[in-house]
Amino acid sequence: MNRKIIIQRGEKEDYFMHEFEMESGPGMVVLDAIHHIQANDAPDLAVRWNCKAGKCGSCSAEVNGEPKLMCMTRMSDYDPSEPLVIKPMKTFPVVKDLVTDVSWNYEVNKKILPYQPPETDDPRMLQEDVDRVQEFRKCIECFLCQDVCHVLRDSDMKAEYAGPRFLVRNAMLEMHPLDQGNRLETIKNENGIGLCNITKCCTEVCPENIAITDNAIIPMKERVVDEYYDPLKWIWRKITGKTN
Amino acid sequence: MGDLMSDIEEKKYDVLIIGAGAAGMRAAIAASDEGASVCLVSKSLLGKAHTVMAEGGAAAALGNADERDNWKVHFRDTIKGGKHLNNWKMAKIHAEQAPERILELEKWGAVFDRTKDGKINQRNFGGHRYPRLAHVGDRTGLEIIRTVQDKVIHQENIDIFMECTVAKIITEKEQAVGALAYYRNNGNLVAIHAKAIVVATGGIGKAYRVTSNSWEYTGDGHSLAYLAGADLQDMEFIQFHPTGMVWPPSVKGTLVTEGVRGEGGILLNNKGERFMFNYIPEAFAAETAKDEKEANDWLNGIEGAMRPPELLTRDVVAKAIMKEVKEGRGSPHGGAFLDIANRREADYIKKKLPSMYHQFKELGDLDITEEPMEVGPTTHYMMGGISVNAETGASSLKGMYAAGEAAAGLHGANRLGGNSLSDLLVFGNISGRAAANFALKTEELSFSKGKLKEAAEQILESFSKDKTENPYHLHQELQDIMEMHAGIVREEESLNEGIEKLTELSKRVKNAKATGGRAYNPSWHLCLDMENMIITSLAVAEAARERRESRGGHTRLDYPEYDEELGMLNIIIRKGPDGINIVKSDKKIMPDDLQNFVMKEAI
Repeated sequence: MNRKIIIQRGEKEDYFMHEFEMESGPGMVVLDAIHHIQANDAPDLAVRWNCKAGKCGSCSAEVNGEPKLMCMTRMSDYDPSEPLVIKPMKTFPVVKDLVTDVSWNYEVNKKILPYQPPETDDPRMLQEDVDRVQEFRKCIECFLCQDVCHVLRDSDMKAEYAGPRFLVRNAMLEMHPLDQGNRLETIKNENGIGLCNITKCCTEVCPENIAITDNAIIPMKERVVDEYYDPLKWIWRKITGKTN
Repeated sequence: MGDLMSDIEEKKYDVLIIGAGAAGMRAAIAASDEGASVCLVSKSLLGKAHTVMAEGGAAAALGNADERDNWKVHFRDTIKGGKHLNNWKMAKIHAEQAPERILELEKWGAVFDRTKDGKINQRNFGGHRYPRLAHVGDRTGLEIIRTVQDKVIHQENIDIFMECTVAKIITEKEQAVGALAYYRNNGNLVAIHAKAIVVATGGIGKAYRVTSNSWEYTGDGHSLAYLAGADLQDMEFIQFHPTGMVWPPSVKGTLVTEGVRGEGGILLNNKGERFMFNYIPEAFAAETAKDEKEANDWLNGIEGAMRPPELLTRDVVAKAIMKEVKEGRGSPHGGAFLDIANRREADYIKKKLPSMYHQFKELGDLDITEEPMEVGPTTHYMMGGISVNAETGASSLKGMYAAGEAAAGLHGANRLGGNSLSDLLVFGNISGRAAANFALKTEELSFSKGKLKEAAEQILESFSKDKTENPYHLHQELQDIMEMHAGIVREEESLNEGIEKLTELSKRVKNAKATGGRAYNPSWHLCLDMENMIITSLAVAEAARERRESRGGHTRLDYPEYDEELGMLNIIIRKGPDGINIVKSDKKIMPDDLQNFVMKEAI
């Protein structure tokens, strides 16, 4: 079946829409189409990808305006009479064509206090106590949640807000049954959890079906509220001068 | 070319680590723990390397799920699975050290699936006598890479270059002294001076069309090491994983974890026969179920029942599926049926094999809790690689170390599932430590401007105007040659023909053309990757021709039996003045106590 594909191309802010036509085969995913175009029409077409099996989270892009992993998005899900429009993630600066500079995410991650183990040689955890943590650890860092989040996408508040991905990471560490760290202050301040207004856009695009808002962000908001906005604790801090 | 040299950024470190999968990152952690300054070069973004695709688990004789397990049984299983071609010292070190490496991951934040008493749970896998694989559903690789990643970014003295590819290793006085690399995002070159180099670049699967491997697996480390003068060994041994997807065409080769069989999945032909009972090798008969009843008893945990034949080693299962298909008993798209739907409850399948469930649902329109999957062999893993010392990971070239899939020896002629993730951790640690210690007592050797210039010119050569070949098309041709001539079954005549075709193709690869500029340009990257793939492919074909026997992953139709003499030695690939030299290693002799243990009947 012959299909029309329009790809955003160019370096940094200097871009244009490039139209291609190609034959679509059975079971083809959007990344196959990109590879076909690369091999035959545009050898220097830049795309980031690795596993082509939905496991590495490299090939994130916007297909007809929706944030998707291109390797898990079937061509047959889209009306063949309409052109398919593929653009890079909007929230991050374009390097070239479909490749964006996602290094900011790595900077944010580095500042989060890593796992703090207990002092024991025989750490025990029950499965039911780690189910939630394991849900968060399914994250493949595709950054689609970051891409779709209004606070980052429209308001560009990267300096104030860590984004859903890193609130999930914080939640994972905070809910880890053996972790000895405390991240509530950084979750509130540096990571700006208050900026999330619970529109759940991140949850909708997560290819790993992590309940980002309900299971990670809301419980963390509650913990922050309990810690910093509980009137009894507030009075206690005023009297004693202690921060905790 | 005057500008060329002044444009090259220069960096200096004690240790350069090429590759940032679990082996490379574990090596970086070890090297920095020893006090060395470390440069970790990653071809992709951090955390995306091939380790992330590992599904089933990491083998370590923790004895949590079955207390009879210990390192000796793990050692024995590894040697039996490797058809006795393994470097026995590596197999011993691996079996001994895997448990502490896994427990250490837990201290770094990994969250494995649990046993009822809260310890790390372990699952059954092909060739392992007892349930031995620490796992997290079917995404164990993600858990492991994320854990070492979170550790590595908080280590002292490690600089990480993401989306940076090493294109040349520089040697002086027969010693590795550094490398020249390019950044993907802008195409700029960076020269990295290092007193020691650890090659942890993974495998070569992209030389084949049907593969479970990602684009990164282009044999970079194998080729870089060979060109720098290090020995390669066992290049004929490629693992064809028995269960890759076969339909639809766009996902042909994508991995279906052995965990499906570990959790009770069975293989059927188009007559509904559980054919694996017809393919049990003599050496494994004593510890394999005789019939379906016994296999079902094993699944239900009845003591004394032996393992189902679906859990025989990968080489055996892959060849059995191929034979069924060849004899007309295959599935509609040329594979076998893998059924878990009739073996386990839907909820259990979704919990234990979530990514398989999604993979088939989203890419194959199939619900694995309702219907059997269709599966067939796919190029999966390179047992061969850089020849290394078991205790240090040192290659035959001074200053160069190797670990993980890029190194050879641990797995012999066939790797057991689950032994790769533990390999990465054990030998990543060993090689990183040894490389750091070597570097810290070594004087720096600077490399000459002349060598650097020559390397830079070679890297940029494909941009010159007289080039004409499309690198993508050359890649497709290479894949066709390798599938046809050096695939799952091989023959002298076909190998000869394949080597001829590869030699022809290698001339055309020199004429590969990069289109466009240097910023994030995949056509240029592929021109360079093709050079690596063609060298490794030639090494595979040459070694496969030389080994005139069948063993593990290497099957010769014209030599179907074991050859006792060849089974005691490795085929070494060494760079000579006119191309590949083939050398046979000395015979390997295992000490009697270990030998006796390996040869013991069922334990």
